[in-house]
Amino acid sequence: MGSSATSHMGDRVFKGLTLAMALSVFVLIILIGFELAHGSSTAIRQFGWRFLISSDWDPVNEKFGALPFIFGTLVSSAIGLLIAVPLSIATAVYLTELAPLWLRQPLTMFIELLAAVPSVILGLWGIFVMVPWLSGHLFPLLQKYLGFLPLFQGAIYGPSIFAGGIIVAIMILPIITSVSREILRSVPGLQREAAYALGATRWEVTRIAVLSYAKKGLFGAVILGLGRALGETMAVTMVIGNSPQIVKSLFAPGYTLASVVANEFSEATTDTYLSALFEIGLVLLGVTVLVNALAQLLLKTFAGPGVKPQN
Amino acid sequence: MTVSNHHWRKAINVFMQALTFVCAILVILPLLLVFFYLLKQGAGAVNWAFFTELPKPVGEVGGGMANAILGTFILILLASCLGVPVGVLGGVFLSEYRHRQLNWWIRFTADIINGVPSITWGMVVYALIVLPMKGFSTLAGGVVLGLIMIPLIMRTTEEVLQLVPNGYREAALALGIAQWRVIVQIVLRTALKGIVTGVMLALARVAGETAPLLFTAFGNAYWTHRLTEPIAALPLQIFNYAISPYDDWHRQAWAGALVLILLISGINICVRTLTRDRFSKRA
Repeated sequence: MGSSATSHMGDRVFKGLTLAMALSVFVLIILIGFELAHGSSTAIRQFGWRFLISSDWDPVNEKFGALPFIFGTLVSSAIGLLIAVPLSIATAVYLTELAPLWLRQPLTMFIELLAAVPSVILGLWGIFVMVPWLSGHLFPLLQKYLGFLPLFQGAIYGPSIFAGGIIVAIMILPIITSVSREILRSVPGLQREAAYALGATRWEVTRIAVLSYAKKGLFGAVILGLGRALGETMAVTMVIGNSPQIVKSLFAPGYTLASVVANEFSEATTDTYLSALFEIGLVLLGVTVLVNALAQLLLKTFAGPGVKPQN
Repeated sequence: MTVSNHHWRKAINVFMQALTFVCAILVILPLLLVFFYLLKQGAGAVNWAFFTELPKPVGEVGGGMANAILGTFILILLASCLGVPVGVLGGVFLSEYRHRQLNWWIRFTADIINGVPSITWGMVVYALIVLPMKGFSTLAGGVVLGLIMIPLIMRTTEEVLQLVPNGYREAALALGIAQWRVIVQIVLRTALKGIVTGVMLALARVAGETAPLLFTAFGNAYWTHRLTEPIAALPLQIFNYAISPYDDWHRQAWAGALVLILLISGINICVRTLTRDRFSKRA
């Protein structure tokens, strides 16, 4: 009798403890939102909505506007997605549908290792290897053949929005690939068998039975990649040039929301300056939370309640 | 007509196979290039002094990153003290107590937090710890990495616990053992290897984090003796050296990067090869 009472007690305590730990995620998300909003209150009061549409960034005269950073973040993420999405979805298709079986495991391992490369190391490689190569070879070539577009006109700098976009692409390749791979693997085998039974080739099976079935989930993978692209910090900071300007040329330096915080936060000399950086963080948080929520909803509704991701 | 159509379809099939193969190669190409250059530029700079000496001031050649290497381990240890218990116990709740709706929201929130840029965590901990304590500190660096680990570990723990067959739980419950003891002594013990895997992967992930440490741990050219002092970390040191104008520091940055990537990929490869047999058996 006594022992059953203590075990009852133990059950309640243990369950309460694990519940408290699980609930910590709500505390965390409220904490992060509150602290960033609190930190940016000075800037919000002083600049209001103008903060988001003003392109002045002049710490000396205490004028702050986030537009150049929003611009740089959107453009570098767009370039990143344009490069990464086709490559990673094609890779996921190759890994699940078309590759010979013996090749799948090692390739997957490589992609997981790429996902584990820290941003700062990719940035180091970007500064000393990628950027010189881009400004020496790829950019002149693009200018020669596509120079009629304003995007590819103007002086070629090494560190540039384009370089930032390429680094973003490399950073988000592994996550889009591995999530897409999970999605494709969860397409029921019956789908494929039905298509094979109609005499379809391997690629036709993939196109008709797999890709069209998995469309929504793949879209979720892409949006998840977008969320990572918007928040990518170190590698981008190291190659984008860090200059708050809005220009047409992709060869010119730019600046992103995350990089301005990384570069200037510990040097912010005045309260207003620090508060403006907090507001930049708040914008970044708001956007990434929305994008990630959308991605999770797409992925979760695709998988459905009964289907667990296989691994 | 039908024959040529058939050939055409087969040709497209082969073409798409080749095309997606090329894409796969392009995806892993950066990894190969990064490893190639790290070995080429870094291997020469990794020597005994690198592991045992403090950084030398500008202008003096030589010195090492001993304090940054130790700093990274200290930060990871501190982070684990916060991230592992919270993450593992939270994962236990998600897997063992089925509250459909609540658990859905917890999972959803954890996944969203996983996608929040790590630099914003740095700002939060700056406001929470650095400002009140009036200085960058080891403690702040450990806390920020710990917070990042929580949702990572929570989700992997949940996944691993769900692999434990329900029969184990039912058998133990049928013997009259209290549920919490079933969880601790049977479920957690059965899944221990998987939980450790998840924890190691989370450690490998935060070991390379730089952005959240910029204004929490901050970095230090010397040894750190107290939790209230700033501390050096490998990724921070790599960043500071990489953007500096000095050739000798660039060389050190490559060496540091090589050491860091070997540490991180080492953990990744070990953990994944050790756990692979289990997964392939299931497949």
